[in-house]
Amino acid sequence: MTKFVKGNEAVVMGALYAGCELYFGYPITPASEIAHGAAKWFPMLGRTFVQAECETASVNMMFGAAGAGKLCMTATSGPGFSLMQEGLSYLAGAELPAVVVDVMRAGPGLGNVYPEQGDYNPAVKGGGHGNYQSFVLAPASAQEMCDYTIRAFKMAAKWRTPAIVLVDGLQGQMMESVALPDAEEPRPDFSSWAAQGEAKTRANLVKSIYLDAAQQEEFNIHLQEKYARMAADAEGTTYLADDAELLICGYGISSRIARTAAETLRAEGIKAGVFRPVTLNPFPRAQLAAAAKGRKIMTIELDAGQFADDIRLNLALAGLGEEATRVKMVHRMGGQVVTVDDAVRSAKEMLA
Amino acid sequence: MKIIEQKGMYKEFPRCGKPHARTTHYCPGCGHGIVNKLVAECCAEMGLQDRTIFVDPVGCGVFTYYYWDAAHISAAHGRASAAATGAARARPDAVTIAYQGDGDLGAIGFNNAFQAASRGEKFGCIFINNSLYGMTGGQMAPTTLEGEKTTTTPFGRDPALTGHPLHVCEVFNQLQAPVYIARVSVADTKRIMQAREAIRRVFEIQRDHKGYALLEILAPCPTNFGMSPQKAAEFCMNEMEKEFPLGVVRDTEKGVAGVEPVKHPESQALAVKSVPRFPTCMELFATPDGTEAPPVEDDPAVPERRFKFAGYGGQGILSLGICVAEAARLEKRHTLWFPSYGPEQRGGSASCSVVVSGMPIGSPTVEHPDVLVCMNQPSYERFAKDVKPGGVIIVDATVPLAVEPPQGVKLYRVPAIKMAEDFGVPKAANTMMLAALRAFKATGLKDDSLETALCASFKKKPQLIEKNRELLRRAEEELKS
Ligand code: SF4
Repeated sequence: MTKFVKGNEAVVMGALYAGCELYFGYPITPASEIAHGAAKWFPMLGRTFVQAECETASVNMMFGAAGAGKLCMTATSGPGFSLMQEGLSYLAGAELPAVVVDVMRAGPGLGNVYPEQGDYNPAVKGGGHGNYQSFVLAPASAQEMCDYTIRAFKMAAKWRTPAIVLVDGLQGQMMESVALPDAEEPRPDFSSWAAQGEAKTRANLVKSIYLDAAQQEEFNIHLQEKYARMAADAEGTTYLADDAELLICGYGISSRIARTAAETLRAEGIKAGVFRPVTLNPFPRAQLAAAAKGRKIMTIELDAGQFADDIRLNLALAGLGEEATRVKMVHRMGGQVVTVDDAVRSAKEMLA
Repeated sequence: MKIIEQKGMYKEFPRCGKPHARTTHYCPGCGHGIVNKLVAECCAEMGLQDRTIFVDPVGCGVFTYYYWDAAHISAAHGRASAAATGAARARPDAVTIAYQGDGDLGAIGFNNAFQAASRGEKFGCIFINNSLYGMTGGQMAPTTLEGEKTTTTPFGRDPALTGHPLHVCEVFNQLQAPVYIARVSVADTKRIMQAREAIRRVFEIQRDHKGYALLEILAPCPTNFGMSPQKAAEFCMNEMEKEFPLGVVRDTEKGVAGVEPVKHPESQALAVKSVPRFPTCMELFATPDGTEAPPVEDDPAVPERRFKFAGYGGQGILSLGICVAEAARLEKRHTLWFPSYGPEQRGGSASCSVVVSGMPIGSPTVEHPDVLVCMNQPSYERFAKDVKPGGVIIVDATVPLAVEPPQGVKLYRVPAIKMAEDFGVPKAANTMMLAALRAFKATGLKDDSLETALCASFKKKPQLIEKNRELLRRAEEELKS
């Protein structure tokens, strides 16, 4: 079955196929269509939709539902995502699987509802308190907003950590064709740790508190080891990158602008290629390094340079310090989108 | 510290870090200790330990998971009612009990608790009121009495500066949904027996899934009152009860009324109707809803074409774009439609972009349209200069051409608004524009696809389908002549 739908609607479809049973959400532009779809489709499938009184409530309702062993989700945008940071820390601290979709808008503060990618750091680096990480996926099309939402649930369950689907307002509103899966995902069994209100889970305790410093440290080490293993599920893709002189890096919507920019440059005889991280955390460092070695590197992003900094960091950590110092960025902020013209012009300047 | 061996409690408390601990962390004479004992007893005596999910607070009650032998979820400060909402919704067969203190429920988490009560969530909330923040060192809580000295009201609580004590039961009693609201105390034996009954009642209501229950329990905090246990209990009875009278405020099942219920028509809620079997995702999304499309097919021979549609809100700009997108997906093209959104759409202008291609689409934004359709002056002036050489502009005849179109761009002035008025259907100006797109072969799409797409867009108003099909054809004839 193929549907022509908004990215935001594709998210709900993906969530349902993934076996998500509960949706908790508070309205916010430009993510509201996710709540609208959930309010309609969750009850139709016998699942639960709750409109929470605020984003703090949404994320803590997820804490309860995930703690009770069910797959659950919420969706929000900038200001709501900020309010959820404490809850994300608790979810990670209690090792609970849950999915948050952040349809990014321009900030800081109230900002506006147009697309930005300014939530990169809080999503990718763990915006709440403490040493935790979320699994972060960056779809670039309506199809991927469905597919990666499904993947987000799988990764959240596999790694017992929150998963974030990071998109922007433009992607949420954009309609494209989405081929739906042929089958629903099997429901995971969390009875070994969840508080399910059943005899077999009576001894289970869901918590993020370790009063003893030694125990808290031990738990932190356990988390860090888990996050290190999570790197096995990192993914990055390339386009026209094999012989590229210039590597354009971008995620989500920016990766599509990068794609058109690379094609435009190629048409003018300039060897440009694209590197696109599909997972932002774990970051596909090895794939980036393979594509970037010896190349000039340019990023396209809708923020002040949060992504470029992470590219530099990952290059440096991969031993490509030289390349790291050469990273240039084309960016816009405030709800403006980098144009292909901007990207092509900057690329030429870089190569001149 | 008193050693308690109690029904419903673990025999030893290794979760506290000491493998064979038998004492609780509560101070001597603390109300929590008594309530912990009562809650554990009721849960065990009623045979509910397997079914119970306790949602624990942050505050002095944080460690109930050391003691109560049942499953626990330890929530964030203030969020036990939100977490209990999640747990109760996730596990409707369970008995979910949130345990909260007066900072946790009365201050930081008040709205979460209040809204959960208002929704009638199916959990019981046991709320310990000891008139201050215990764990953090005796600061003022919303429940602190007037004149009461705390570490943040060293001269006594001054209502002129900090308001009056918050009466949680009375506030919650304004709500329709709760089935049980009561206030008890654990300051002496008689009161403890009454508290025990009330706690049983909370469990009963949850066991039978009757709805939301709130039980406020006045409890002494000798440590932060700075009193002996005996004096603290007396403070509870003599001072706190004056402000917070004991009693069952509401028990709808037992005829103790709360607010007079407002008569609502029978709920039409879909979720509560019993359905023999819910559909699968595949069944649900196989149901035609107008969004289905044939699978996309790659075709390198089909060039990419970018469209911009712009005008005033209400001129049908977005649906005109959707029509073209619909026609493209009927032809199995990669298709993308993107509207202006947010406050923009509430103001004057509306615009949308459509990209159609034989191959996967890169950038979704339309910087240089191949085709621009303009219904008003501002959008013409904003977008005309960006049209690609070799491109097409179709503009309503009412729009003055204050700027020249770029070199190599073909411009058609179409009296779309006037034609629609002449046909007696002023709302159909967008259909006139579709006719123009078809007449001037501007879309690269088949005439049939565009017509089918137009008809599909009126699926919800079938009486308009034939009318618009006719308008499309008549307009096209007129434009061609
Ligand atoms: S500080 Fe007060 S509320 Fe906390 S355990 Fe001690 S007596 Fe009880």
